[in-house]
Amino acid sequence: MLQPAGPIAGSIATLSWAMMIGSLFLTALMTAIFFFVVWWPRRAACISARAWIIGGGLVLPGLVLPPLVVAAVVVGERMMPQDPVPRIEAHAQQFFWTFRYPDHGGAETRDLLHLPAGQPVDIHITAEDVMHAFWVPRLAGKLDAVPGHTNVLRLQADAPGRLEGLCAEFCGLGHAHMRFEVRVHAPDEFAAAVAAETTP
Amino acid sequence: MTQDPIRLHKALSRIWATAPGFGRAAAVNHSIVGMRFMVTAAFFFAVGGMLAMLIRAQLATPQSAFIGPEIYNQIFTMHGTIMMFLFAIPMLEGLAIYMLPKLLGARDLAFPRLSAYGYWCYLFGGLILLGALFAGVAPDSGWFMYTPLSSSTYSPGINADVWLLGVTFVEISAMTLAVELVVSILKLRAPGMTLSRMPIFAWYILVTALMMVVGFPPLILGSILLEMERAFDLPFFDPNRGGDPLLWAHLFWLFGHPEVYIIFLPAAGALSTIIPVFAQRPLVGYNAVVIAIIVLGFLSFLIWAHHMFTVGIPHLSLAFFSFGSALVAVPTAVQIFAWLATLAHGRPRWDVPMLYIAGFLVIFVLGGLTGVMLAIVPFNWQVHDTHFVVAHFHYVLVGGFVFPMLAALYYWLPQVTGRLPMHRLSVPAFWLLFIGFNLTFLVMHWTGLLGMPRRVYTFLPEDGWTWLNLTSSIGGFLLTMGFALVAMDVFLQRKLGRAFRRDPWHAATLEWAMPTPAAPYGFASLPRVEVRADRLSPREIGPELAAGRGYLGHARHGWQETLGVHRMTGEPDQIIILPRPTFLPLWTGLSTLVVVLAMLFKLYPLALAAAVVTAGLFVWSGRDAGQPRDHGALPAGHGLDLPPHTEAADPPPLLALAFALLATGTILASLLFGVVYLWLNAPNWPPPEVMAPGLVLPALIALGLVAGPVGARLTRGSVARGGTPWLGLAVQALGGVTAMVLLVLLIQDALPDPRAHAYAATSFALLGYAWLHVGIALLFVISNAQRWAGGYISPRRLLDLRLTRLWQDYVAGAGLVALAVAMGLPALL
Repeated sequence: MLQPAGPIAGSIATLSWAMMIGSLFLTALMTAIFFFVVWWPRRAACISARAWIIGGGLVLPGLVLPPLVVAAVVVGERMMPQDPVPRIEAHAQQFFWTFRYPDHGGAETRDLLHLPAGQPVDIHITAEDVMHAFWVPRLAGKLDAVPGHTNVLRLQADAPGRLEGLCAEFCGLGHAHMRFEVRVHAPDEFAAAVAAETTP
Repeated sequence: MTQDPIRLHKALSRIWATAPGFGRAAAVNHSIVGMRFMVTAAFFFAVGGMLAMLIRAQLATPQSAFIGPEIYNQIFTMHGTIMMFLFAIPMLEGLAIYMLPKLLGARDLAFPRLSAYGYWCYLFGGLILLGALFAGVAPDSGWFMYTPLSSSTYSPGINADVWLLGVTFVEISAMTLAVELVVSILKLRAPGMTLSRMPIFAWYILVTALMMVVGFPPLILGSILLEMERAFDLPFFDPNRGGDPLLWAHLFWLFGHPEVYIIFLPAAGALSTIIPVFAQRPLVGYNAVVIAIIVLGFLSFLIWAHHMFTVGIPHLSLAFFSFGSALVAVPTAVQIFAWLATLAHGRPRWDVPMLYIAGFLVIFVLGGLTGVMLAIVPFNWQVHDTHFVVAHFHYVLVGGFVFPMLAALYYWLPQVTGRLPMHRLSVPAFWLLFIGFNLTFLVMHWTGLLGMPRRVYTFLPEDGWTWLNLTSSIGGFLLTMGFALVAMDVFLQRKLGRAFRRDPWHAATLEWAMPTPAAPYGFASLPRVEVRADRLSPREIGPELAAGRGYLGHARHGWQETLGVHRMTGEPDQIIILPRPTFLPLWTGLSTLVVVLAMLFKLYPLALAAAVVTAGLFVWSGRDAGQPRDHGALPAGHGLDLPPHTEAADPPPLLALAFALLATGTILASLLFGVVYLWLNAPNWPPPEVMAPGLVLPALIALGLVAGPVGARLTRGSVARGGTPWLGLAVQALGGVTAMVLLVLLIQDALPDPRAHAYAATSFALLGYAWLHVGIALLFVISNAQRWAGGYISPRRLLDLRLTRLWQDYVAGAGLVALAVAMGLPALL
């Protein structure tokens, strides 16, 4: 997920880097403050007790949290399906994935997902038996496949190539092997690639 | 009234003694029971740790042939289950049971036999899980048991039943202890100890125990529903018949999220107790900390869904849960900065507990910050169910629980053993733990970011996770060696540590004002507390109390006495006479074990018979509780005369029943939540067939339900006027039996087959809830009759009848609600 291959994964990766660096910095800061007050309590006592608690307990989180949550909502908003785009159905079953392409005459592939490059696609995720989760780390976050429900995840890949996808929700004995391949095609080659799949 | 301390000690020791040898199984004393909890929890920690080592051995190399998925799935499920339910919760309960009375200036907890029963439930439940592990049929659907994977279709074996029944058995113990601790904190303190003078640890345990009272019921309900689905095919979670797997997820995390804070708060309480001792000044910001933990308690119930960001919940709720989860950082930061301020304004000194506190700070802060990261939804969607999350919660739980508990271990061990610590092993052990832990889990964040999901038993060399996993495995073995050193250190201190007189750390709380190791009676007499209870001088108070110059500094009638106080002001209002050691908790625990085992092996008639025996044992153990005659006010010392609790206005059982009702009320509320949730969210609604009961049957049931409170009032009024209870008891019995019989008729005749659709299944559950509670009301009636005959109820001793009235009021109210919802829902559909 740190080598994004699409705009959605890209914005998440940027956010992740910012938060990771921030977290390491804050941890270092807190550790430094701890040793400072233990070793030089007299200097630390210049700050009143009230100031310690209000400054650290209210002001510090108050500075960090609101911008973070706002940034998250903005990034999250961008990932949400709004305008209608082509759809592909992903159906999970112990322990394989079936992908259907309703815009292409109901072609079906197993453990292999064809995607067009450079354009958004909505994946409609369903499950046959138990809970699974659809995840292509380099393209976007994951979404669960829940029996009785349909979840929609928007994907967009930048360039043609091969990517790894997998089941991320523990689903039983074959969970570790429930992987699939993602083949991203140039936009003009996508239809042909799907059509080449034999319809069962 | 100064007395010879030695003579007082001998007299009290004789009264409070527990028999040696086999007689120890009858122990109800909080020191013994608390220690049992902690030692048993430490044993399960070792078992859970071994399982973790197996996991790390398997993942050390790609495509390892060490263990296959069948065993691996059992191992990681059991690792999580053991660490959560058999280690963390019982460990904090044990610490609270052992320490609270000593910190609060009481001689024991309010219901010693209940704690003993709680221990047996914990032990037997734990042994069932352990037995399944050795038999190779341990639960294997992950510790949060997501259904349909855990349903009978996809987990046909006994494995999931072991989890559902075993964990629920252990939770009986958590519920009994939660009520026990709340009531003990509110009623059993030293005279003069107002709520705002309590040692801070008591505040933490009070909030924790209240959270347990309302936090565990959703999971208890969920487990019962899932076991009913597995055993009797009632489709609560089956999407094909109007159920929904997400309902299980909601019920589980409604418990699971508060659970994290239930584990963290007592550990933070230990830190708030220990840090001031090593800062050599009282805690800074006591009020701010109290407010922070109350806020934390509330917040923790609002954000359960942040474990479910990826199940596809509506957008607006995502923003709400995300913001709420980030907000948790505020009360946590308030506490951390209160600790830093305490150190800054004190004269910090360095000792082994401080070392662990430093370790706690580094690890927990990082864990908290990755927690804030996880509250950010887009990030969560990427790393959810990867090793990043595994690393995060190990930072939070090991940082927020294990390291503080190790600080607490080194701090309180002298109190327990009466011997001073030796530093030779403690320091290297710390460094092994600290380095081993970070080596294991710091790199694991990265493993997760590179895309390794959790709960996979193997991976491929080309995934690029090989070196990270090997590093984690090496770190894990260092960590284990660290724990082994700590265990050796504790053993050596017990054997070789130097003895001391009193209060070796110069602490300022009451547990150091008693002889160490603690005598079974705790305090030879009870202190009066006029200042905040973390500003006392144990070295001065100790000899005074030992010489009997406090309250109750006497041996009377062979009674185990302690003081009951007003909930808020701490002014004494009764003398509580506690029960003697008895084997009844053990027998009751064993009979509960038979119920659970019978259900596990699907021997339902046996389960029913054992349940009746268990209920009978509860009634039987109440036959001679309290006092068979009126005493009036008795001298309590310092010229104070107080009634025994049997004649007091606000005896502990009344409060206990109120909290028990809160717990069962939460079960009902969770069930109602489930009904509404399925109706609004589940596929395949409305149901094909609804209930058509007419009006006569429900009206008669309602009449039977209302007869309970009416009869309870008749009983009480008559006895208070010097009459007999029989008319009122007869009304209650008649009403109860009528309601129970008619409820069965209603289920049989009017309700569609509960196996057909979740609507009928949830209605069945609602009516079953009412039926069960009416049944318990009948046990109250039987107990009243038995105890009236034995002379334990009199116009001055009305406690039993007050309890019955309270229960009957609840049952009538809850029963009518259940009936109304079951009958009214079809009209709304």
